[in-house]
Amino acid sequence: MTKSICVTINGSSYANEVEPRLLLIHYLRDVLGLTGSHIGCETTLCGACTVEVDGKAVKSCTMFAVQADGKHVLTIEGLANHGTLHPVQEAFWNEHGLQCGFCTPGMILASKQLLERNPNPSEGEIRHGIEGNLCRCTGYQHIVNAVKSAAAKMGV
Amino acid sequence: MAPTIITKTEKLVGQRIRRKEDPRLITGTATYVDDIQMQGMHHACIVRSPYAAAKIAGIDTKAASALPGVVAVFTGADTKDVGPVPCGASLPGLRVPYHHILAVDRTYFAGHPVAVVVATDRYIARDGAELVEVDYDPLPAVADPEKALEAGAPAVHPEWADNIAFNFHQEGGDTAKAFAEAEVVVKQRITSQRLIPTAMETRGVVADYNTGDEALTVYSSTQIPHLLRTLLAQMLGLPEHHLRVVAPEVGGGFGSKLNVYAEEALMGFVAMRIGKPVKWIESRRENYLCTIHGRGHVDYYEMAARKDGTILGLRLKLIQDLGAYHQLLTPAIPTLSVLMMPGLYRFKNIQADIVGVFTNCVPTDAYRGAGRPEATHGIERMVDILAAELKMDPVEIRMKNFIQPEEFPFATATGLIYDSGNYDAPLKKALELADYPGLRRRQAEARKQGKLMGVGVSTYGEICAFGPSPATPAGGWECATVKIDPSGKVTVGTGASPHGQGEETTFAQIAADELGVGMDDVVVVHGDTAVVPYGIGTFGSRGTAVGGPALYYALQKLKEKIKKFGAMLLESEDVTFVEGRCVCNRSGKSVSLAEVAGASYRAMKLPPGEDPGMQATYFWEPPNFTFPFGAHIVVTEVDADTGKIAVSRYIAVDDCGKIINPLLVDGQVHGGVAQGLGQALFEQAVYDENGQLLTGELMDYAIPKATMMPWVESHHTETPSPVNPLGVKGVGEAGTIGCTPAVVNSVVDALSVLGVRHIDMPMTPEKIWTLLQGGQA
Amino acid sequence: MIAQNFEYSSPASLEEALQMMAGGDAKILAGGMSLIPLMKLRLATPGHLVDLSRVPALDGVTEEKGNIRVGAMTTHFQVESSALLRARCPLLAAAASHIGDMQVRNMGTIGGSLAHADPAADYPAALFALEARVRLLRVGSDRTIALSDFLVDTFTTVAEAGEMIREVIVPVEEAGTGVSYQKLVQPASGFAIVGIAARIRKSGGKISMARVGVTGLGPMPYRAVGVEKMLEGTAGTADDIRKAASVVADGVDANTDIHASAAYRARMAAVYAGRAIQAAVSRAA
Repeated sequence: MTKSICVTINGSSYANEVEPRLLLIHYLRDVLGLTGSHIGCETTLCGACTVEVDGKAVKSCTMFAVQADGKHVLTIEGLANHGTLHPVQEAFWNEHGLQCGFCTPGMILASKQLLERNPNPSEGEIRHGIEGNLCRCTGYQHIVNAVKSAAAKMGV
Repeated sequence: MAPTIITKTEKLVGQRIRRKEDPRLITGTATYVDDIQMQGMHHACIVRSPYAAAKIAGIDTKAASALPGVVAVFTGADTKDVGPVPCGASLPGLRVPYHHILAVDRTYFAGHPVAVVVATDRYIARDGAELVEVDYDPLPAVADPEKALEAGAPAVHPEWADNIAFNFHQEGGDTAKAFAEAEVVVKQRITSQRLIPTAMETRGVVADYNTGDEALTVYSSTQIPHLLRTLLAQMLGLPEHHLRVVAPEVGGGFGSKLNVYAEEALMGFVAMRIGKPVKWIESRRENYLCTIHGRGHVDYYEMAARKDGTILGLRLKLIQDLGAYHQLLTPAIPTLSVLMMPGLYRFKNIQADIVGVFTNCVPTDAYRGAGRPEATHGIERMVDILAAELKMDPVEIRMKNFIQPEEFPFATATGLIYDSGNYDAPLKKALELADYPGLRRRQAEARKQGKLMGVGVSTYGEICAFGPSPATPAGGWECATVKIDPSGKVTVGTGASPHGQGEETTFAQIAADELGVGMDDVVVVHGDTAVVPYGIGTFGSRGTAVGGPALYYALQKLKEKIKKFGAMLLESEDVTFVEGRCVCNRSGKSVSLAEVAGASYRAMKLPPGEDPGMQATYFWEPPNFTFPFGAHIVVTEVDADTGKIAVSRYIAVDDCGKIINPLLVDGQVHGGVAQGLGQALFEQAVYDENGQLLTGELMDYAIPKATMMPWVESHHTETPSPVNPLGVKGVGEAGTIGCTPAVVNSVVDALSVLGVRHIDMPMTPEKIWTLLQGGQA
Repeated sequence: MIAQNFEYSSPASLEEALQMMAGGDAKILAGGMSLIPLMKLRLATPGHLVDLSRVPALDGVTEEKGNIRVGAMTTHFQVESSALLRARCPLLAAAASHIGDMQVRNMGTIGGSLAHADPAADYPAALFALEARVRLLRVGSDRTIALSDFLVDTFTTVAEAGEMIREVIVPVEEAGTGVSYQKLVQPASGFAIVGIAARIRKSGGKISMARVGVTGLGPMPYRAVGVEKMLEGTAGTADDIRKAASVVADGVDANTDIHASAAYRARMAAVYAGRAIQAAVSRAA
């Protein structure tokens, strides 16, 4: 019943035998020990499990690991470059864009994609862009500030 | 006796400082409970009742047990000697149903745990759960608390046919006289709907039993590790010193993890039975079905007043939907509403009658604000209703009735002593920020054009810093330990168990200021009963307001010791500890904190009467609650075609006493307002008449998304609390408490041209549209 | 959270995929945005999934002889951001931008969405207004049918066992056509309580063509022909629009759920129809 998959994750290549039903999020967390991406629902709404697959932000709870075979996955663990935080990470820290931190890895990866597609978003565009990521702590305002601040920094 | 205050040089306290806890959270290196991996760890999946009420005729676990990878299946017959799930609240005549950790012969709410399947991985556990066959005989259920009180309603617990868990009466002053003398009486039924807390991290437990040591470690996503340890030890019949509880990184709580749950004991039981570590992680559906809900009030208010707007008295009949059981504080929550009934107002005549009602629903308990949002919503709505009746401005009527600054400390009719306040200050500031006269002019213009614009004002007070121990079921103090290493580095241990509030930062600010060291020289640890001394936890806006002073006093104790070692090293009696150095005031010679600490551990020589080492612990008992307050102004526009409400401005002026870190305070206010706005506009746990939860997923229960939130203009006034040396009051719940009445008052104001006087929450577009059609919402 | 086990195939060509489907018991995995959540809740338990993501050339937007062909595996993000669609069929791009959220639009596909036939999905409103056609393939069969023939009922299509959507075909919009998609959102799920797509052409100061698609209101999306007929030939005044929009729910058995009653849904269909038509009229040249 298992399938062989080979996935490049944060630049390293992994080969595993997995059940087809194994979700990508469980593959990352339980098989590979990359627990930075989280699970907050089972209906594809909360976005806590957001990772990048071949450069696209996706909800890894709504994708089977077998679908990622041969693809490149980026998780929150791979975002900082040799200890240098990505500008979006730095901005979330500076602007207090997180409290309990559970939604944060997914929120950061969604924000990164948003800024790649729209380097200078308005407040409304930021809110629309992170609509697929729920946060129960911040009321989103400091997250909006963080994305604005990251945009300014990345635009320089 | 508290130590005397020595010196206070504030450099970091009061600053906008980014958080020390964030690097691990933004890099995915924090450890939440589901991130814990252990050799040989097993996984549990819980079988839950699909019926709100049913007899269990039989359970067949054979097929599940036979599934390869399933190592055990337990039912209520196995676990009936564990427990019960504790209720920590006591009220006269309270009926407490026995709450087994797994249902024994009957289920009482949809989602009631019935069996647990333990397997080598979570996928097999889930498959095994599907194979457990439970033979249910469904019984009639009741989900609505008012219907549960009707004669002939199904009895939630067969032994109590009336479904009443308790009646509670509280009275202060002379309400009968107040109502007899009243020139005007206004009445209103006001509900505060059931809400689902929805911490982004669901609950989860890892239990690990060492058979040799007979020692159990429980990792749980909890707000109260120490209380959980004490109560779990009782439930499991384990000596308390053989149990360690760890709250790892906790992904939000909002009160929902201020509890002791069946699953926490169940995982302990399983780990002890199988001799292997076991993990259970709640799904979101389970979280909605089985983790406590909040609110659940039906309130009948009557307010007596004079024609000039002077409030004379308030009567309340409060129907509290308790759900099927009492969780840790379930019956106590509505009593907090009663305590808070006077709000910010001077009147002294209050009468409240609570009836606590069992329903076939998951229990209600503390959710952000816990009783105070309900009370504030009630009184602030009633003040607006009175103002409308008297054709007075809502601002004027509030200012007329406010307790004045010179009246503090103020004794309320409900037996509280308000510590300090200047209630005009935040209101005036909010009015100025809003340009209130300008808003009213714009509203008049809008009305001429047939547009529905509303301006809502709400003021609020809250009880925080729970609290003096006699007023709490399990102690209201907090504990702090400060340890200085031989190298001079500082570790703060706090019994408060923060989970997002940021005390690793604010407590480091306090410690660094007091010890004259940098932020990086301090770490704050918490949440592990093996690491920090006993503490109460983080809830009720108490983390900084009670844990902060405990830390402050521990620091003072330690500074005395530092000075004694400094004096010894400097061979002088006249020594000051300042900026991290002990300085001889005569010679000007000094020694660093590291030198002092090092000397205390080497202990070649000791100051007279001192022991070696550099560590101090302080248990602080607060003399009173604190009473933060504030004013929120909300401008709304209502789309007459659809009933949709747009919040065009949100102004929050909160007074939480002395501010340690403005960045974090704003974050608390924003998040609090989001949960308040969620209640005002979107959120409601809906059960059907059979007790099925219809809002059982995020697909159907609408917590605010980024697009649903307005920009919150957050401002502050600072009225220090005299209750503690830091002057802090607490801010975790302020936004939630101030928000709902401001939003509802605004929308009612918009619709007042149609004669609308009250709208119950959530104010969905359809509800507003129905009102606009002339219907009853 | 955990699906039942299933067999997984990932064909590398269309022929291979069709062969795998020919047995009739396999289910297509397109973007998975509707299917996988249902599997995780065990409301769907397919025994065999055929993942189309590695089949070449099933995605993409191409123009051909006055038509635009949108491959079944084209993601909502590709539709939303397609320069061709934004220029030549902006209504479809607009509808795509309303679906779910960014991550869902990155994965979800037009073919998957149509095959799922959710009565509150965004696409069908636009596709009805566009009089879209659906091309269906099966071993030995290649047929193109109208969307109105494809959708049969709630979560039900005319697709036969072994049949898969190859592409969706919409017309190139004539210059001067005004379009709009307006949606009342169910705040929790993001689906439409009602969603209305409108296409308007004017000629000589009158509405020469009106097309109105409706989603969310009833058991399945539909084209509101009654509204269209009332609009055509009028000057498209506010009054004309209001009158026409008011019949949008006529004859439809409106849904009732915890998010909206039938009466409210029906009324909102009229309100949003009015708004969509008004916006389309104002954009029509």
